[in-house]
Amino acid sequence: MDWIDALLIPAIKSLVVIVVLLLAFAYMTYVERKLVGRFVRRYGPNRAGPFGLLQPIADAFKAIFKEEVIPSEVDKWLYVICPGIAVAGSLIVFGVIPVGDSFMAWGRKITMVIGDVNVGVLYVVAVAGLGLYGIFLGGWSSNNNFSLLGALRSTAQVITYELPMGLALASIAAITGSLRFADIIAAQRTLPLIVLQPVGFLIYFISGMAEINRSPFDMPETENELVSGYSTEYGGIKFAIYFMAEYINMIVMSILVATLFLGGWQGPFAHLSPLLQLVWLGVKAAVVLFVFIWVRASIPRVRYDKWMKFGWKFLLPLGLANLAVTAVVVALVA
Amino acid sequence: MSALVNAVKGLIQHLRAMGITLRYLFMKPVTVQYPEQPPEIYPRFRGRHELQRYENGLEKCVACGLCAAVCPSGAIYVEAAENDPEHPVSLGERYAKRYEINMTRCIFCGYCEEACPKGAIVMGHEFALADFGRHELVYSKEQLLEPAHPHVIVKQV
Repeated sequence: MDWIDALLIPAIKSLVVIVVLLLAFAYMTYVERKLVGRFVRRYGPNRAGPFGLLQPIADAFKAIFKEEVIPSEVDKWLYVICPGIAVAGSLIVFGVIPVGDSFMAWGRKITMVIGDVNVGVLYVVAVAGLGLYGIFLGGWSSNNNFSLLGALRSTAQVITYELPMGLALASIAAITGSLRFADIIAAQRTLPLIVLQPVGFLIYFISGMAEINRSPFDMPETENELVSGYSTEYGGIKFAIYFMAEYINMIVMSILVATLFLGGWQGPFAHLSPLLQLVWLGVKAAVVLFVFIWVRASIPRVRYDKWMKFGWKFLLPLGLANLAVTAVVVALVA
Repeated sequence: MSALVNAVKGLIQHLRAMGITLRYLFMKPVTVQYPEQPPEIYPRFRGRHELQRYENGLEKCVACGLCAAVCPSGAIYVEAAENDPEHPVSLGERYAKRYEINMTRCIFCGYCEEACPKGAIVMGHEFALADFGRHELVYSKEQLLEPAHPHVIVKQV
């Protein structure tokens, strides 16, 4: 295990992942705006470039050149660093997800995962809450009661929905017998886990939407109630970075759903080429992203106390029941 | 148990909502791409005023001031003058020497059109009236006499 394997290759992989995720974020905003528009019978952006394709570039240009306003009463150091924490939290999660099998290059076997950890699923659950610090501290440092309320709501929501998410993942671990991502993908060689765990999939999907503060669970940033929640005092490039954190969270969550429940990078002819594996993963993640956007365009926002109740009093017992049934069936079959 | 039943019912309602939006995804959008596509308006749409003339070229307006009197925002200013018999401007004894409408005050209610006894002032269909200064938005008689060419489609009723 020389320095190239230990340092250089993961560094290059991380760089590639960061660049790809940032580009994906930029065009994800475009895809979302177009799709949400079409879901409600209007065009999305279609003025900036042909079919509005240059819209993300126009938005980035505007965000960068906007005047940098820092309110006088904020906690300056925290205020400036929090969007960065949020983005770092979103990017870190991607570290254990395999996007393919492996390939040979320059005499070395390069696996298509940044860090192949034995407890990959546990890692994901653990760092999923790190991005929350960016949101919560941003709301706190803004020195503004609406921002604080948005931050508090976000914190409570993420904590509440971590539990059913963990239980759905525990059910997966019960079936596949391992927390390592590569093993979970291998266990789906014949049948994707969504068939064996439909309830688990629903629980994970709903908790995932709550984790990433995504409509219909986007109370922390509702325009109607909290001005803009935790990001009220943020403008220009800092707001763009918060936005980036949310979208990268969404992309990573859809890749996670695709990997855990839909079979990951596997698919017909996938063993032939790593590129095809990437394509399969991309297609599955795209389908999940489409469903995320579809849900956002269709379903009204849930009242805050109602979905806290839903998370604690319904989803958590359902997750426990799912885990119990799964464990019994696995014990009987094995 | 009833919680489970309620949850399933709720899920079905959500899926029905998603079905509607999915149907909408495949329908043509209802957006009118202005300014490339003109919008459709009804014949009685109240746009920019137009002062009318008779067939022989004389103005219909006789500066009675009824429109100025009825205007709720006081946007109209009328100054009358006596018609020169050799070169009459309007049919009658008087004509409007100055006729100005302040478009920043006008609320496009159409009362002036209803009040006019001669049918001289009429609400046309022009609505693209944005301009760069307040003084440019006080329209004079000459501007109002000029017929507008609005970029619209008038619906046949």
